[in-house]
Amino acid sequence: MIPFWAVVLIKSALLLFVVVTTFAYAMLVERKVLGWMQLRPGPNRVGPWGLMQPAADAAKLILKEDLTPKTADPLIYRLAPFISLLTAFSVYAVIPFGASADQGTWAIGNPNAGILFVLAIASIGIYGISLGGWASGSKYPLLGSVRATAQMISYELAMSLSFVGVLILAGTTSLDGIVNAQARWWFVLPQFVGCVIYVITAVAETNRAPFDLVEAETELVAGFHTEYSGLRFGLFFIAEYVNMLTVSCIATLLFFGGWNAPFGLAMVPGVVWFVLKVACFMFFYMWLRATLPRLRYDRLMAFGWKVLLPVATLNLVVTAIIVAYKG
Amino acid sequence: MRKRLYNVGAILKGLSITFGFMFRKRPTIEYPSVKKQHAPRFHGLHELRRYEDGKERCIGCELCSSACPANAITVIGAENAPGDRRSPGERYAARYEIDELRCIFCGMCEEACPTDAIVLTPRFEMSDLRRGSLIYSKERLLVPPEAGVGRAPDERPGGIPGDLGRVAEIKSTMDVAQGYSATWRGNILKTQRKGLTMIEPSRENGA
Repeated sequence: MIPFWAVVLIKSALLLFVVVTTFAYAMLVERKVLGWMQLRPGPNRVGPWGLMQPAADAAKLILKEDLTPKTADPLIYRLAPFISLLTAFSVYAVIPFGASADQGTWAIGNPNAGILFVLAIASIGIYGISLGGWASGSKYPLLGSVRATAQMISYELAMSLSFVGVLILAGTTSLDGIVNAQARWWFVLPQFVGCVIYVITAVAETNRAPFDLVEAETELVAGFHTEYSGLRFGLFFIAEYVNMLTVSCIATLLFFGGWNAPFGLAMVPGVVWFVLKVACFMFFYMWLRATLPRLRYDRLMAFGWKVLLPVATLNLVVTAIIVAYKG
Repeated sequence: MRKRLYNVGAILKGLSITFGFMFRKRPTIEYPSVKKQHAPRFHGLHELRRYEDGKERCIGCELCSSACPANAITVIGAENAPGDRRSPGERYAARYEIDELRCIFCGMCEEACPTDAIVLTPRFEMSDLRRGSLIYSKERLLVPPEAGVGRAPDERPGGIPGDLGRVAEIKSTMDVAQGYSATWRGNILKTQRKGLTMIEPSRENGA
């Protein structure tokens, strides 16, 4: 029998490898997809079809000089990218990729309050961005991080409320339990409003177009990571993509049945379905980025507080009433 | 509220447009490995032609150099020696230099030349690391004796000489028979124009 700590260690190492590789190729795919949608071929110089592009990018970032501005708070400035990355990775500790067997689970840990863990860790992730922007000691990063904080507060609320509808239907906060509750039908059907709200808030949560005001190039140079260079910039970049992957995983788990096969196609293993669904979500985010222009900042806030939050609350109340009446 | 719902429709429409563009043919020509088909009379690097018997066409009259608006051409003529006749006329070009960095590739030299000696070829890849090497001497401009006589622009069938490599198969220059709309860019512009006329102005104000 392998000891528990060894299992956790092996799972973590494997997961780290999978997530980092996925990040590298998600970046390549995003550049390719954006290229195709703009009638360009996308990166195709390094290796066949540009498949070695991530390696070239990584080599470039590692070889770049790591600058610290004179006005920066050196300790926090250097720490911030690691906070971002650490929180981005730690969410994967509880995300199950397939049905749990009797002996163990696909996730590293399977806590009862899995979804709360995800929410808590995702909220800590903002510290990386806001501290990084503040510690840079220059104005654009500061503006970017202020925006990030405000945006995160206004969208996290609606996001949590959209979760609650699912939790009421599933009757559990464990991610395994939520997916098992979707064996008959996916929660996207009864919780369609919640799903739409989640997808919108998830885009805002990961600071991606059209809600990427945190790094709005036209106004803020590069937003919170203006002063960062080399590997530290790369860490922020990895964190952004890993967060994208995280919100896709959560959308799949909460609304699209996780590893449950659609149309009774049960001969394909659940992990494949999970990966396919996550890939669809990732593509959707790229697709959004290629389509929509960036929102104005006040409209972003107005949309969050005046539309998403009331609708999410209404959705929660209606769900609660229906569940209470049906038993 | 109704106006907001129309906006959702606009987002969906935008998404469908970008998705459709993924499967369009891309107009990109991957340049160093594939070359664009140029118009037959594209103005590129100069060439000094010969007659069939190997004699130089240039008679050193310096008309090209006085026609040149950029003062890029230097010609110094000399009398043909009776034993060694370089050109059929009395004189030939003892020195013939073109500063390709000054040249604006207007083709005035070609028009001024009374013997059709100087022509512009479609070659355009002549970058170099030193300025000096872009002043082309007569040895570099003159068609080598074994390469034939050189071609006048009217006699060139395609845009690009065969030795320049693979040429893109798409039509990217104007098709004389069909006009501008036969090209890829022309097609895109045409559909864009169609889309513009499709938008009804009344619906914009109605909501």
